[in-house]
Amino acid sequence: MIKFSKEQLKIPKLMRPVYLVTAGESEFRRAFPEKRTEELCVDALTMAAELIDMSPAELKSYIHTCYYGHFADHFGDQLLGESVIHDRLGLDPLGNVGVKTGGATGGSTLWEAVKTVASGYSDCALALGWERMDEVPTDEGNHLISCAADKDWETPLGHIYTGYYAVMAQRYWKIFGKSEDSFRRTMAEIAVKNHGYACHNPFAQSPMKITVEDVLKSPVVAYPLRALDACLMSVGSACCIVADEKTAFKMCKKPLLVHIAAGSHTLRPADRRDMAIPLLPNESKNQYKDLTKKFPGSERYPGFSGFLAARMAAYYAYRMAGVVDPTTDLDLVELHDAFTISDIQTYEDIGIRPYGEGRDYVESGDCYLTNPHTGKPGKLPANLSGGLIGCMHAVGATGLMQVCEVALHLWNKHKEIHGDPKRWKSFGKTKPKDWKDLQVKGAKRGLAISHAGVGSHVTCTILEDPNHQLKKQRRAK
Amino acid sequence: MAKEASVKIVRERYKVNGEFSVITPNRPIFNEAKKLCGITNPRTMTYIHSYGGEAPFFEGISKGILRGTRCDNPKCESKGSIYLPFRIFCPDCLKKMKIVDLTKTAQKTAKIHTFMVCERSGAFNTLDKPIKFINIEFDGVCTILMSYLSAGEPEIGMRVAPIFRTKNPTYTITDLSWVPVGTPKSKLPKGFSF
Repeated sequence: MIKFSKEQLKIPKLMRPVYLVTAGESEFRRAFPEKRTEELCVDALTMAAELIDMSPAELKSYIHTCYYGHFADHFGDQLLGESVIHDRLGLDPLGNVGVKTGGATGGSTLWEAVKTVASGYSDCALALGWERMDEVPTDEGNHLISCAADKDWETPLGHIYTGYYAVMAQRYWKIFGKSEDSFRRTMAEIAVKNHGYACHNPFAQSPMKITVEDVLKSPVVAYPLRALDACLMSVGSACCIVADEKTAFKMCKKPLLVHIAAGSHTLRPADRRDMAIPLLPNESKNQYKDLTKKFPGSERYPGFSGFLAARMAAYYAYRMAGVVDPTTDLDLVELHDAFTISDIQTYEDIGIRPYGEGRDYVESGDCYLTNPHTGKPGKLPANLSGGLIGCMHAVGATGLMQVCEVALHLWNKHKEIHGDPKRWKSFGKTKPKDWKDLQVKGAKRGLAISHAGVGSHVTCTILEDPNHQLKKQRRAK
Repeated sequence: MAKEASVKIVRERYKVNGEFSVITPNRPIFNEAKKLCGITNPRTMTYIHSYGGEAPFFEGISKGILRGTRCDNPKCESKGSIYLPFRIFCPDCLKKMKIVDLTKTAQKTAKIHTFMVCERSGAFNTLDKPIKFINIEFDGVCTILMSYLSAGEPEIGMRVAPIFRTKNPTYTITDLSWVPVGTPKSKLPKGFSF
């Protein structure tokens, strides 16, 4: 049984508030045969500048330190790719460093940038990420991804990362999903939702109007997971610029407060040991007393069915931001839907629903912009960008794209950015006739979860309108 | 045909033999308008990798022995915990652990914790498809080993027995596999034994 010390459970504290000033993203595709990575990174940084009515040169003049998220050197076949991009963005001689934490790379990159501003080292920092996953065929790509597993104990077993992850999905499916057709359909509903939301996002790689039946008929990848349950493999870039209060308000009119924390767990799921469930603010001491009775086989925590790293990232971040109940305190979320089933697991890890009840977040309609059962706004819309299933998973950029998309809602800019026909055209696309503005009306707070593979790293980012701070509101009461 | 890459250790240094890097020409990539867009970068390489303190595990499975490790540090709060995957150091006290033979424990108590039948694989895969990934729990072991099933269909809770590629071992984790308890010797894959 693993135990944590009081010191390890200390709630992280920033030495000064940190704000998100602006953010940007490139288009995302499976391949860009005629674009270099730097062209995509310039697209993302240029969008960030335009969002706050600056030229790229003006925006750059504020940046003091740079963090670059790029997970897989071997995909791009370029060591120190960070240095190449830093030079091409014209940011020399500023200090810069690369960040690599698998699927959580984007979130971790922001985590580093926030800490450097919070410490006072820099007043403004860049977090920019990208991934180049089109320089090898899919089979080789699967091998390269599998190198993120333990090279002696896991990679030789099929060279297929999906397999190492899918055993965990299987356990969740059997214990908590009880192998029910209804649960399988709920998983499919997530894919339908996220591909559907991607139809309104010009940056997205995989807009699709599909049905639950389409998902259930798609080829099996690793039962019960099918092709349409899985995230995309993408190329693209995204960035966030953070600053201290004084600099942030000088740079833009509406900076957003950033609360961010990270958690980790074993690279090999095989090494997971049992522990007590660390409780979130909306959970009680006896909450899980009868979990085993309700779900036989759920004795081990986190076992193979929960992500401790996600739980710990939320454990810290909620308390940093004053979040008690994510469903009522937040207005939207962008979750790491690597697979439909891992999306459900994450609902529980971050307390949107208690352990064992994740499926209800979808089945209740709470995860939609408009609840399909009531026709009213969903309580906590999820992955309006399309997520990793519908929008992209360009690993090093993913966590930053999520934060960018959440911020656009808090800035009330969803329509301006996603609805501009010129932007669709610039990507060689036509704005759909049935395009919808997915703006979450009056959004004040949003969350993004950036997650690595089998749960080795997770970050939880909470963005907050500084005029509607939860902690201040609670103190006023 | 190029001589296959191999390595010996002589006076604590690697001595390499054969071809480690194969040179193949680059090829241009043109778009549909016949304009140059890129280039292929072929590369065939062989890495040299040390198993270090985990070598006894990989040597063990090539000889039909399943080894794990146990923390015997009396001052450690996890004293007595047994680990498989084999870990060199205790994750809590960081003392070097004692190597223990878990072959009998596995034969008597191994059962499937979870599994996945995977239709796909990545490049360089050497296992037959579909790959039946299994994760195995053992009595008295605090971790859950990942491996693969070589006979039958996996189910959660199924009792399984270890089998070892003792004939022409690869000295990789693929030398260890599992079959449902009761599987006859005649059903084992080529080169494997109980």
